[in-house]
Amino acid sequence: MVPEQEIQWIAAVTAAACALPGVFLVLRRMALMSDAISHAILLGIVLAFFVTENIASPLLIAAAAATGVLTVSLVETLHRTRRVKEDAAIGLVFPALFSIGVILIARYAGNVHLDVDAVLLGELAFAPFNRLEIGGVDVGPRTLWVMLVVLAINAAFILALYKELKLTTFDAALAGALGFAPGLIHYGFMTLVSVTAVGAFDAVGSVLVVALMIGPPSAAYLLTDRLPRMIALSVAIGIASALSGYWMSYLLDVSIAGSMATMTGVFFALVFLFAPERGAVALARRRGRQRWEFAQTMLAIHLLNHEESPEAARENRESHLHEHLRWEPDFARAVVRRAQGSGLVSRVNGDKLALTDRGRDVARETMAA
Amino acid sequence: MTVVAFPDLIGDYTLRTVALGAAALGLVSGSLGSFAVLRKQSLLGDAISHAALPGIAIAFLLTHSKASLVLVLGAAIAGWVGTLLVMRIVGTTRVKEDSALGIVLSVFFGLGLVLLTHIQKLPDASQAGLDRFLFGQAATLLQRDVVMIAGLGSVALLVAALFWKQFKLLAFDPEFGASLGIPMRTMDVLLTSVLVLSIVIGLQTVGVVLMSAMVVAPASAARQWTDHTGKMVMLAGFFGALAGVSGAVISSLARHVPTGPTIVLCMTVLVVASILLAPNRGLVWDWVRQVRNRRRMHMEAVLGDLYALARQHGGSEHVHAAGALEALHPGAHHELLELESRGWARRTPHDEWAITPAGETQAELQGRTADEMEE
Repeated sequence: MVPEQEIQWIAAVTAAACALPGVFLVLRRMALMSDAISHAILLGIVLAFFVTENIASPLLIAAAAATGVLTVSLVETLHRTRRVKEDAAIGLVFPALFSIGVILIARYAGNVHLDVDAVLLGELAFAPFNRLEIGGVDVGPRTLWVMLVVLAINAAFILALYKELKLTTFDAALAGALGFAPGLIHYGFMTLVSVTAVGAFDAVGSVLVVALMIGPPSAAYLLTDRLPRMIALSVAIGIASALSGYWMSYLLDVSIAGSMATMTGVFFALVFLFAPERGAVALARRRGRQRWEFAQTMLAIHLLNHEESPEAARENRESHLHEHLRWEPDFARAVVRRAQGSGLVSRVNGDKLALTDRGRDVARETMAA
Repeated sequence: MTVVAFPDLIGDYTLRTVALGAAALGLVSGSLGSFAVLRKQSLLGDAISHAALPGIAIAFLLTHSKASLVLVLGAAIAGWVGTLLVMRIVGTTRVKEDSALGIVLSVFFGLGLVLLTHIQKLPDASQAGLDRFLFGQAATLLQRDVVMIAGLGSVALLVAALFWKQFKLLAFDPEFGASLGIPMRTMDVLLTSVLVLSIVIGLQTVGVVLMSAMVVAPASAARQWTDHTGKMVMLAGFFGALAGVSGAVISSLARHVPTGPTIVLCMTVLVVASILLAPNRGLVWDWVRQVRNRRRMHMEAVLGDLYALARQHGGSEHVHAAGALEALHPGAHHELLELESRGWARRTPHDEWAITPAGETQAELQGRTADEMEE
């Protein structure tokens, strides 16, 4: 494979690996834990680096994942003291851990291959240069294999504990009552998020981890009510964002990680606007349609009220609607036209209006209801 | 750590500038952060500071100016747009606030990176220095930057002072405020703008990644010391300024210690100390109270036994071996000494114990209270 292809593979696999736990983060309202974890793991990486002095050591991943879990438990401990709210607890813990990491790097690792920019922003462009060799044979970029393993772990965890995850996500109290140990599943899941963040962080940097974990699942959340479909859509949108982001960065010659994050935003914006049921456009249309339908029903009821009464000749005219229903003449004309179109009303010599049989039924039905 | 002599430190122009800037910044973001923390919007600051990054880049692309004021205005507009988007997403879809914040902060930050890498490739290469906004470089602060921080910060504080009552209502009871005829939506917009302002003025010093701590930490620390909003805001401002100055000084005393993270760690120390030690709310006092209560209960139990023994053996003249009491209550020795010091028990020269008349009164009082409590 050429490096460009390898980068795209890494991007796609990373996006899929992030989308899986991301779905549950979004549903459990813990989206910002991904932000906290992806920043705080810097400290774990730095500390493990000091011990091993080898940036490629697997110990780095283990230490970083442990820091992620530590972050979660620190946030919960702080919250449980009831001295600060949960959001403040998150906002206190991760900047502190991140700051320690940054200071350690600046002070003791200034001239080693470990700098804050790389860790935060990722260096996907350089990922293909870091090869994995098994028995002297080059099998591909190391990052690709790491992310494939992470993806497999995530998929296996979700498949194995699907029922438990679903129940603890949607009804934690019931899950507890049924003996599902929500706490255990919670920590297992947070470990999964940490491991994913660490793996992805190496490839794409911590902020993109947040984009890939939260963006695609949030978009999918607006497209479906079913969990399996949401998971599949998240993975698809994540991969689409990653690949289109790669091409955007290629064409504009800008940061790959930044472009991929931007594309998750573009995809979310598209869904936000055009989702079939929950999109802004669909909502506006539905609201508009309801307004016209309501106006037509009002018109039918008005006509029914005065039908066959002495004042019918005066009341049941388009020009009278302004006075009676407070409709502007243009609006009244439009409503009458629509009501004619839907077969509720017919015009008798110009201005005068009459109900059709169907219009009479609609008006009676509405009044009865 | 290379320690510089102190007189040097005060005369040092750079340090004085940085310390002043950090102090002003801490004061503004700390006091205004109180509102964010009280409104459970602690993480909005994180989204605003990340969202500001593309604003800085666009401001530079449009004006080709590196003047802090121009860049900060761009940051403010972008931060504002980001906040607006969060509100819009939460208001019109079922996506929850945490996800909306996560999307806005990561996407805007990503866009900011795209623009920054684009600027870096521009031919005139005057971009140098924009990436100081990522992690902050306090050492690049100039006197005019400090003037800007102080100026914009004063505007923000002034607005907060003018609308003090309205902002308080917004934090505690917006429905009541609306029922009084106060335009709460306008107030919300105004308070958010003030918060945005207090965040963007700090980006050059602390950076977008850590700026949210400047908003959350001082207010969380101050909250522990008081239940009074006014005092909390002032105390948060003081803590912010204190951490700002200490962070600036510490990072200048040691080599290779960046200012922003140092300020954040100073704030963390303040928060931890406040949570542990603040009067009333401090966890240490909780713990002390618990230990004291437990001891008191033990002591009352020993006194009750002494009283019962005296009754059984015909009055307070009867003495009991310390060993017997120890058998009834392991570790009773400590409690007996405490009872003696209060004059409720007395010790004979042979290490035997008896209740005193005052002790009897006390034991009867205890018994009565216990009975009442059972009823």
